[in-house]
Amino acid sequence: MSKAEEKEKTENAEKHEWEPKIVGFLCRWCSYAGADLAGSSRIEYPPNVRVIRVPCSGRVNPLHVLRAFRKGADAVLVAGCHPGDCHYSEGNYYARRRLDVLKELLEFIGIEPERFRLEWCSASEARRFADVITEVTGQVKKLGPLNPKENKNG
Amino acid sequence: MPRIGVFICHCGINIEKTVDTAKVAEAARSFPGVVFAADYKYMCSDPGQNMILDAIREYNLDRIVVGACSPSLHEPTFQACVAKADLNPYFFEMANLREQVSWVTHDREMATEKAIQAVRMAVAKAGKSEPLASQSLPITKKALVIGGGISGIQAALDIAEAGFPVILVEREPSIGGRMAQLDKTFPTLDCSACILTPKMVEAARNPNITIHTYAEVENVAGFIGNFEVTIRKKARSIDMSKCTGCGVCYEKCPVKVPNKFEEGTGERKAIYVPFPQAVPNKPVIDREVCLHFTKGKCGICAKMCPAEAVVYNQEDEVITEKVGAIIVATGFDLFDTKRYEEYAGGAHPDMITSLQFERLINASGPTQGKLRRPSDGKEPETIVFIQCVGSRDDKMGRPYCSRICCMYTAKQTILVREKFPNARIFVFFMDIRTAGKNYEEFCRRAIEDYNAEYIRGRVSKIYPSGDKLIVEGSDTILGRPVEIAADLVVLAAGAEARADAKDLARMLGIQTDQYNFFSEAHAKLRPVETMTGGIFLAGACQFPRDIPDCVASASASAAKALALFGKPELASLPTVAKVDESRCSGCMACLSVCPYSAVTMEEVKNKSGGIREVARVNPGVCQGCGACAAACNAGVIDLLGYTNEQIACQVDAALL
Repeated sequence: MSKAEEKEKTENAEKHEWEPKIVGFLCRWCSYAGADLAGSSRIEYPPNVRVIRVPCSGRVNPLHVLRAFRKGADAVLVAGCHPGDCHYSEGNYYARRRLDVLKELLEFIGIEPERFRLEWCSASEARRFADVITEVTGQVKKLGPLNPKENKNG
Repeated sequence: MPRIGVFICHCGINIEKTVDTAKVAEAARSFPGVVFAADYKYMCSDPGQNMILDAIREYNLDRIVVGACSPSLHEPTFQACVAKADLNPYFFEMANLREQVSWVTHDREMATEKAIQAVRMAVAKAGKSEPLASQSLPITKKALVIGGGISGIQAALDIAEAGFPVILVEREPSIGGRMAQLDKTFPTLDCSACILTPKMVEAARNPNITIHTYAEVENVAGFIGNFEVTIRKKARSIDMSKCTGCGVCYEKCPVKVPNKFEEGTGERKAIYVPFPQAVPNKPVIDREVCLHFTKGKCGICAKMCPAEAVVYNQEDEVITEKVGAIIVATGFDLFDTKRYEEYAGGAHPDMITSLQFERLINASGPTQGKLRRPSDGKEPETIVFIQCVGSRDDKMGRPYCSRICCMYTAKQTILVREKFPNARIFVFFMDIRTAGKNYEEFCRRAIEDYNAEYIRGRVSKIYPSGDKLIVEGSDTILGRPVEIAADLVVLAAGAEARADAKDLARMLGIQTDQYNFFSEAHAKLRPVETMTGGIFLAGACQFPRDIPDCVASASASAAKALALFGKPELASLPTVAKVDESRCSGCMACLSVCPYSAVTMEEVKNKSGGIREVARVNPGVCQGCGACAAACNAGVIDLLGYTNEQIACQVDAALL
């Protein structure tokens, strides 16, 4: 990107509303399917979430979440099946236990708790999926970028 | 360096309408590793797939990314396509540009930007993909059926007739289940025993079926095609090979206790067969009430038995069997009507359950089919049936419809009318649900031809007055209270999950719903499969079902088991967890989180010759959830197809 382009981009960004980057880890059985259903049902929601399909919310290592923040995510969402509905019986319970701890750690290191969400969203909850994305995007927009000046490659 | 080809689908106008696909393809050309990118109207069509194959040849591509619909739709299509070009199917990656971009984003610029991101992430993941392969697993072509009711019998017969051995386990002393307890069946009014007992005998005679009655499944290990089942055959105190079923023993036995089969309306002896047509027609001794076992006395049955078949010191026998498929057909329990305290304080001799009614009106029941008031033996003149007792009642934790009660109540009114032409028969109902072949006609017949008086409304209170039961309710159609002095009240008790269903679910590793009924893999498209491979559901253990539906689901589950047995061998899931044993510390954090017991502790030799413990994942058992990979403290377990490296690359690509 040339310097002129870069300058133009900054100007554009100032002109336009700032758009947060949200990384979403979606379990393939429930939440990813719920996101698909939101599509089939043509429910519009903000385009800020970048989806990573995982087999289960229990697959998500807290380090994956931390990496996303380190690389410049303004928010991270992990979504899985409702408690009791996990395709693998109990993966979402492990996710809940692990990621609740992570949430406290994030707060401790200065990342607002609103920037990290663990949500349950079933394959039939298209509306709920869209609502969650809308809500998270709105919240993060209010908070603004996470450490805007920090070096992303760190 | 991988050579990645990217193909962006227009999906007609579905994607193209809001995503500038040419721009996405153009952007993809600059992504690391991408040597070819194109867009096309329908990638999933034959020309679309040929385009991929041609490009693989022309540009020597070894990784393929398609940006199109959801992978849940066409991932298998494209995996098969790349396999045609001798590429590993797991060298294929998909970006979801339709369900998760074009259909949910109206702004073309934003949608195009989001699509570029999605493709960049897919390209990043594809660049780190490794070839994955399934393993071939053997299949034990033998089935276990748990539960010997009509569903279990039907499933066992279907599998046996196809030529495969079946083990049928029933915990009661006889097979037959609920259907054996019923008098007549709707909507044809043929006698339940007349259509059931031939099937029971057929199952017993079939050389492919081994029946274990008075037996319970104690443990299930293994996985699809390769289960190992432990069955406890409770001591019958009878030598089955000697017993001729003559029945002298239970004629002479002095102990009488309520008979569970008769729902407490009749008695049995301490040594008993639960009902005359039992299969096997050989008794068991109830050790909890038998005088020989409780007091060390009696011994009459042993003395009287001409075959010397009574064996008091017989012990439980525990056997193990290897099976490839398991059909769960454990049936249902009846709602405990005592929980309705407003109904005569929960209990009254002249207030019976629908299943007790079946026994009392049955010719082989305790009253030889003469329906009498249990309290005084008088003929009932006014009979009140109350529907939805423990169904459609949120307060009782049973908000669901039990499905069978409307129909069996209509049947019971007809059976009463046939015995008592002048009786008054009332039915309190909420709604009449008669969805089934000839069901509505049958119910109309009960009302119109058999003069059952249907009252729409709930009963609020039942209390005894003299020798009558006063039933207070409301008629919500006429909008007025109703009070009926009844001789007999029949409560249409709902069906509920077996009290120990949850325990069995845990043993089998299958799911239950909020009512403890077993859960199917998909409510519509996989109705008899569970989420656990090789375990299928039949009958009312899944949800309340009538006999035709039970039989249909049993045959369906048998077909699923047979489809499994028809394969020469099984292909295991390729996206499984893998341990780097050289770096594993043997902490076994993975073992405790594995829902499938796929992780085992193994001893390996160090280079120095010492022994060290490491975790190992059995790829045949692993279902690829990745819980162990996330739990591994040392980060030495990875999930193939969703590796830490791949996820990291996707994260990085998402945030560029």
